[in-house]
Amino acid sequence: MHPAFSVLFFTVLSGAGYGLMILLVIGHLTGLSQLQDGGVLLTAGILSFILIAIGLLCSMGHLANPKNAWRAFNRFKTSWLSREGVFAIAFFPFALIYLGGIWSNGADAGGIFTLAGIIAAVLAIVTLFCTSMIYASLKTIRQWNTSLTPVNYISLGLMSGSLLLAAIQGSVSGGLSTVLYQLALALVVLGAIAKIIYLFWIGKPAGSTINTATGFTQASVRLLDQGHTSNGFLNNEFGYTVEANKLVMLRLLMLAMAFIVPFLLLLTANSNLIVFAAIIAIAGLLVERWLFFAEARHVVRLFHGDQQT
Amino acid sequence: MKLGLVIDLDTCVGCHGCATACKQWNTSGTIGPLADKDPYGREPVGSWLNRIRSYEVDDTPNSKTVHMPMSCMHCEDADCVTVCPTGASYKRLEDGIVLVDQDKCMGCNLCSWACPYGARELDPEQGTMKKCTLCVDRIYDEKLPEAERQPACVLTCPTKSRVFGDFDDPDSEVSKLVRGRAGKQLMPELGYNPVNTYLPPRNKPVQDQIDPASLKDTVKGWVNKIIAR
Repeated sequence: MHPAFSVLFFTVLSGAGYGLMILLVIGHLTGLSQLQDGGVLLTAGILSFILIAIGLLCSMGHLANPKNAWRAFNRFKTSWLSREGVFAIAFFPFALIYLGGIWSNGADAGGIFTLAGIIAAVLAIVTLFCTSMIYASLKTIRQWNTSLTPVNYISLGLMSGSLLLAAIQGSVSGGLSTVLYQLALALVVLGAIAKIIYLFWIGKPAGSTINTATGFTQASVRLLDQGHTSNGFLNNEFGYTVEANKLVMLRLLMLAMAFIVPFLLLLTANSNLIVFAAIIAIAGLLVERWLFFAEARHVVRLFHGDQQT
Repeated sequence: MKLGLVIDLDTCVGCHGCATACKQWNTSGTIGPLADKDPYGREPVGSWLNRIRSYEVDDTPNSKTVHMPMSCMHCEDADCVTVCPTGASYKRLEDGIVLVDQDKCMGCNLCSWACPYGARELDPEQGTMKKCTLCVDRIYDEKLPEAERQPACVLTCPTKSRVFGDFDDPDSEVSKLVRGRAGKQLMPELGYNPVNTYLPPRNKPVQDQIDPASLKDTVKGWVNKIIAR
């Protein structure tokens, strides 16, 4: 699949924003002592808000006819993309009420503000799930059509959110919270495990072949002619191919940037280095998302000569 | 009604006549122009609703060239319709034709991702999704003579390899063809239940390799070899 940068930035940035908001609300409402500070909560909340807003604006970038984007809320009953849009927009008022409560009353804002915070956190995780299901529901792309896709999206969203939360808490309040720091460590390890399982899982050839695609299941089939002299929409959208050695390099770069370097920086427990860890992890997740697209092989490629997906 | 096409892979010669007729009819049809970008340049890109690909099936001496025209299969379980967030993609209840409302499409490409048959192509100028309409603006047009109320690709096919009809009617020509010649669906394992059906090529006797046994042929062979080089 052709990796569109608008979608990469959208899923990574809003994923981090939703992860940050979820952990922030859980930490705040369960009474984690370091998250009872209005300054930390407000900084983290605003950052989450900005990341999600930038992400959603980026997501508009891949629409070829954005003037009809408002219609995307129409098919909530069947379309995961529509559900994602509805939940993403519904998140904003609740997050605003919650952050408004913290801004006016400080960390001990209760009642309606607590309720708004809980609803915002729930909507955040539901939106992350809907985003992942857009990809996981496509039967045409076997690398995506798996329950590992939502696991990856949610675990990596929470991972980048936890790094941001630890970074903000450390730099705003001075002393790094051990709970947040251990949470970030655990989520980095969890995210890495989920990603490595995924990489092994997509390594095995499976699914449709050129034989089932053309209906000739008892003989070898080879493409003679695509029928056109220059690439069309299908080639450009689905024919994206990365050389094998470049793929290996990018996978190593992704594992290093998204998981190994942030893990090592976290071990230092230095709040300045953790800011750096969060930034590197998000850059690494952009590489991860690029690979998620570039390594996905759509079945239409079979008609263009691929022997299997 | 379940309207669709039967395509005979035995007789299709891969002339691209169906694709050309399709483009010609539909560029001024209900879905607006089928735009091309850089049409006379080095890398022309355009939206076509029908593509013909050629394959070599099996190995010598049994190998054969098969031309496979592909347009929308008007699937019974069309995921392109369920994934569409705007409601621009829809499947008609009365005849099963899958269409895109060009006024509602926002060009997110998700339906083309959900389609395993590459039936949907984004219009590079308009930014909306284009796909086969089964010439919905021809087949119901009562101003046309009845014999011409068929998709443009079917009318133009010089080898009559494309047949249009109702798959729900067991006595229609398409149903009889599918029964009689063991029609096949493409990628049935994905569960889309495509309506369009392909008739496999007929088995032809394998030609024996002629072995020049007589002295006359052998001498002729030697002479030919010497003179040709």
